[in-house]
Amino acid sequence: MANAWKSLTALGQDTAQVVAIGPYQISERFDVALASLAVRRGQNAAFAMAAQTAGVPLPPASSFAAGEVFSAFWVTPEMWFIEADFASHQDITAHLKPLFGDTASITEQTDAWVRFDVAGTGLAALFERLTNIDLVSLPDGFASRTVIEHLGVYLIKRSATEVVLYGPRSSALGLLHALQVTAKSII
Amino acid sequence: MSQSNRISGGQIDRKTSLQFTFDGRSYVGHAGDTLASALLANGVRLMGRSFKYHRPRGPLSSGSEEPNALVHLRTGARQEPNTRATVAELFDGLHATSQNAWPSLKFDAMSINDKLNSFLTAGFYYKTFMWPAAFWEKVYEPIIRRAAGLGALTKDEDPDEYDKGFIHCDLLIIGAGPAGLMAALMAGRAGARVVLADEDFRMGGRLNAETFEVGGVAGADWASAVVAELAATPNVRLMNRTTIVGAFDHGIYSAVERVSDHLSVPAAGKPRQTLWRIYSKRAILAGGATERPIAFENNDRPGVMLAGALRAYANRWGVAVGDRVAMFTNNDDGLRTARDLLAKGVDVAAVIDSRQGGDLLPGIRHLQGAQVIDSSGRLGLKSVTVRLADGKTETISCTALGVSGGWNPNVNITSHHRSRPEWRDDIAAFVPGTGGPAGLSSAGAASGAMSTHGALATGQAQALAALADLGFAAKADELPRAEDTPIVISPLWFVHEGKGRAWIDQQNDVTVKDVKLAHQENFIAVEHLKRYTTLGMATDQGKTGNVLGIAIMAELTGQSIPATGTTIYRPPYTPVAMGALAGRSRGKDFKPFRLTPSHQWAAEQGAIFVEVGNWLRTQWVPKAGETTWRQSVDREVLATRRSIGICDVTTLGKIDIQGTDAGAFLDKVYANTFSTLAVGKCRYGLMLREDGIVFDDGTTARMGTHEFVMTTTTANAVTVFRHLEYCRQVLWPDMDVQIISTTEAWAQFSVAGPNARSLLQKIVDQDISDAAFPYMGAGNITIGGLRGRLFRISFSGELAYEIAVPTRYGDAMIRKLMAAGAEFDAIVYGTEALGVMRIEKGHVAGGELNGQSTALNMGLGKMVSKKKDSIGMVLSQREGMNRDEGYRLVGVRPVDPTGSISAGSHFMEIGAPVDLASDGGWLTSKVYSPHLGCDIALGYLKAGDQKIGRKMRAVNFLTKTDTLVEIVSPHFFDPQGERLRG
Amino acid sequence: MIINHPILGPRDAQEFVYLGDANLMGRPDGMTAGIEAFHDYLYNRDNPAGAHRELWYHEQGDRSWLVVTRNTVTHEILKVEMARDVARAGGRSK
Repeated sequence: MANAWKSLTALGQDTAQVVAIGPYQISERFDVALASLAVRRGQNAAFAMAAQTAGVPLPPASSFAAGEVFSAFWVTPEMWFIEADFASHQDITAHLKPLFGDTASITEQTDAWVRFDVAGTGLAALFERLTNIDLVSLPDGFASRTVIEHLGVYLIKRSATEVVLYGPRSSALGLLHALQVTAKSII
Repeated sequence: MSQSNRISGGQIDRKTSLQFTFDGRSYVGHAGDTLASALLANGVRLMGRSFKYHRPRGPLSSGSEEPNALVHLRTGARQEPNTRATVAELFDGLHATSQNAWPSLKFDAMSINDKLNSFLTAGFYYKTFMWPAAFWEKVYEPIIRRAAGLGALTKDEDPDEYDKGFIHCDLLIIGAGPAGLMAALMAGRAGARVVLADEDFRMGGRLNAETFEVGGVAGADWASAVVAELAATPNVRLMNRTTIVGAFDHGIYSAVERVSDHLSVPAAGKPRQTLWRIYSKRAILAGGATERPIAFENNDRPGVMLAGALRAYANRWGVAVGDRVAMFTNNDDGLRTARDLLAKGVDVAAVIDSRQGGDLLPGIRHLQGAQVIDSSGRLGLKSVTVRLADGKTETISCTALGVSGGWNPNVNITSHHRSRPEWRDDIAAFVPGTGGPAGLSSAGAASGAMSTHGALATGQAQALAALADLGFAAKADELPRAEDTPIVISPLWFVHEGKGRAWIDQQNDVTVKDVKLAHQENFIAVEHLKRYTTLGMATDQGKTGNVLGIAIMAELTGQSIPATGTTIYRPPYTPVAMGALAGRSRGKDFKPFRLTPSHQWAAEQGAIFVEVGNWLRTQWVPKAGETTWRQSVDREVLATRRSIGICDVTTLGKIDIQGTDAGAFLDKVYANTFSTLAVGKCRYGLMLREDGIVFDDGTTARMGTHEFVMTTTTANAVTVFRHLEYCRQVLWPDMDVQIISTTEAWAQFSVAGPNARSLLQKIVDQDISDAAFPYMGAGNITIGGLRGRLFRISFSGELAYEIAVPTRYGDAMIRKLMAAGAEFDAIVYGTEALGVMRIEKGHVAGGELNGQSTALNMGLGKMVSKKKDSIGMVLSQREGMNRDEGYRLVGVRPVDPTGSISAGSHFMEIGAPVDLASDGGWLTSKVYSPHLGCDIALGYLKAGDQKIGRKMRAVNFLTKTDTLVEIVSPHFFDPQGERLRG
Repeated sequence: MIINHPILGPRDAQEFVYLGDANLMGRPDGMTAGIEAFHDYLYNRDNPAGAHRELWYHEQGDRSWLVVTRNTVTHEILKVEMARDVARAGGRSK
């Protein structure tokens, strides 16, 4: 029944937007469900076991790990953000809670964020004008919170040519604006 | 007389001619010229008027140290004041005008100051404008401000963009002269990530201005070859037109890259300048040295310049500054200029050498033991008067005089962390001292290695040392062959002869006389000397004058220069435009906006938005026929109280708190108790700071045994979250509590008014009758199948709910609510109506949560539980915060209902004087209540709870209001709360 | 400044929020300690020229509270620890 509800993307559109500027492609992603997953105190072993059973990767600090159904990136000690396909995991916490039981605290995060996938060659030249993250020297799979034009964002380096950003949803237009203006200034 | 002073050679592109104007006259220069070199090539020496005396001035230097040749560059909104002509890269169509001169550069009315110089000496302002005191602001200061100063700002908005960025490197090399290039070559070949930055548009530093050979080729060619190799090295980043302006802690340097300053207009989308934050593991300062003048009477005439600059204009730019030049030197470097100019075919009238003995220059009139004692030429040098060794004077006609008093290493950046430069007698100059920025070393002339060989050798050595620190394998290469001329100098700071003024700091018009006066009045410590005379306090930070001033003070006091000491330099190395510091954070890009889930819908309704923090919230929604905001707000309030009002409350902070200790944790952070709250219920919570002052408030719901949702005020969402992290990590690290913000995950709407339930029951799938969903109930629901949350809480005092759905459905939700509410005439209300309704109910908000008020002040003292330990509980019991005569929250209404009261008014007793002693407190928030038909307000009144019913004056000097008011209960509306339980 | 985060490595101090003296960790128990003890805890601070233990919060990072030992004269950072670890080592619990 929920499908009767019309949704708007973070950019206020019916469908996810793609913006191409020179070699850069900025794609809004609207098809990813997100939840925070935190270990309850003293439950580390059971939690890890549950994660393993459920196929939820638990990457170490500053990193992202892709999994079959669930992917994850590290957020803070003993907390990760878990990604899943939105179409099949609209209510992602309802999927995760049974898998972890009392070992974890799980919170809906899907619509707290706008996700932009930024792809293209020469991403370092773009991001050195946006954040203090040293994109060139960091390995693929690096994930960190950082600041872009006053906005706290999570940045994941998927590869030398693909960076995933999660920014505050309410400032989606502002974040896209920063990406666009900066990309235009270097092409 | 096109380019009458252009001679052969130089690194200019003679095939590319560039048209430009100065003070309305057109000239032609070449690519590679600076504005100064092009003007000098055209025979223009006079470029500005001085700061205080309005003396005619031309360039003293050929670089960024320039104190004199400051111009307005460009026109209109892009006009920039105080641009140094010596580093302004020439472009086609450049417009420059002189500044600080009226009506014209050649005839400047304010040059009367020059005649009044005996009144305008150091300390003049302090002494002259002391009396009467009242005159300072109204009379003296405006006059002084008009007379002094340099360029004028255009009042137009800067049309250009500025950017910022971050660069990471192993080794930052500051300066691309022989030392910097050599260091970059070593480090680049070793594989280190290198940033080589140089303020000049052409790398090579002094090699571009000299005729030396390096490795058997012309120095400039060697530099070009090295630059080409570095450009092809992927781990090396070359940044020309980039000034390192400051050294900060732990290897951070700031740099300004002039991306488009050499163009008339930046290319589309490109920034004018970029401010870089450079993170380096090691840095080498290879910033060269700056020549200093020798002070003598009238040494500031256009045409008198540093000898090295004269040489640079000839060698690099193919310009003979004068048709007949002379030299005044105390060291061998001055002789080098004479030789180079002679080789270029320039008529060298004489070399006036203050030293005795030594070899005479061949082919030149070399006057040893002589000094220049005066000069002539009103708008440009015509001749110099020389005291010869035999005591006779001679006037030598010349249109340019090169002065060399020796070279000062550019130590500036090494003292950005307060390290003091150290004096070296052998080169008569200060060199970098110890204790400079960690990880920074210096090489080349900046370190006191003044020869080309010395630069190459120290550049290589410092690079090797840095590479070893960084773990890169590298070993010394054979250095290219280069001159290694020793410094031969016999210090002479000023010519003692003459009664006139001899300039030290030309930008601030500080003369030898001023230093003498400072000495006479006992301002002899260097920091006093600086402030008393303003020596070195101009935009050039005294790059050419400081050492001279200190040396003269040393001579006057009979102390050595090291005993006299030196002032130190601060960032920025050269002036930085405010635009570069602001970057993109200006205008509507000053900060990013946050939009609520119903923003689009509200915009369609013509809502008026207001900034609340970074959020844009609906302030009110005008309807047809409403001409004032009050009409809209009154209607929204009345409609809500009559039927239904809907408000987007997504902006309130929402924090998800989970864990087996979540309840106990809330007991610690809230003054009241939460561990006893039943699942499916919410409670108003009051959060204190440890000092007992109210920090924040909000409603927190228990969604499960170990699961709470806390709401915070919009303003404090971030600080409350930080505080909770502090409590759970630092104060109670073993509590099982996990927290995460969910503010933006849910679109949340307040649905308030007597018909709120009827509306919601139409769309909510579950039973929400009063029995099933009582007052302060909370729970997960579905709305047409969509998962959501419902909270029965009220800020307006009405029967009210807050309903939440995932944010992407927020737009659909507001439309659904409005559609379902149509039969009830539901309206949307904004923050103004929200404010009216909360004040009618006596709820505290921004004006009352002022960071100074306790729970007791707010009438919430009973909420602070003493049965458990919570933040602020103990200190809220302090005697001073619990006095009966302390402030209490009261309601206020005018005795005459048509009377107007204003927030910020102070309570005064009737008949008492209106003064601080009688001040009884103040009005914190005021609105017009359409329900009561008059202004109402909240306020903090001393012993207010005992003064209910009393009449007082509400006095406001700002709004000039003085209204008779009645003190009432803060609960204006439905004091028993019957409506919200309905 | 650069703060060498124990988990994340070197991070720009601009990402952090400064709170103050790390002695703020030693909060007395409100059920047993009185006003005097809290007064001393909240207001009385040393102001050393030299090594100083401070609380910093990585707001634009991983939200960790850190105890940073910093020389207030030179800004040299001598030690960075997770505040939670320091708190536990100091006997703080629930």
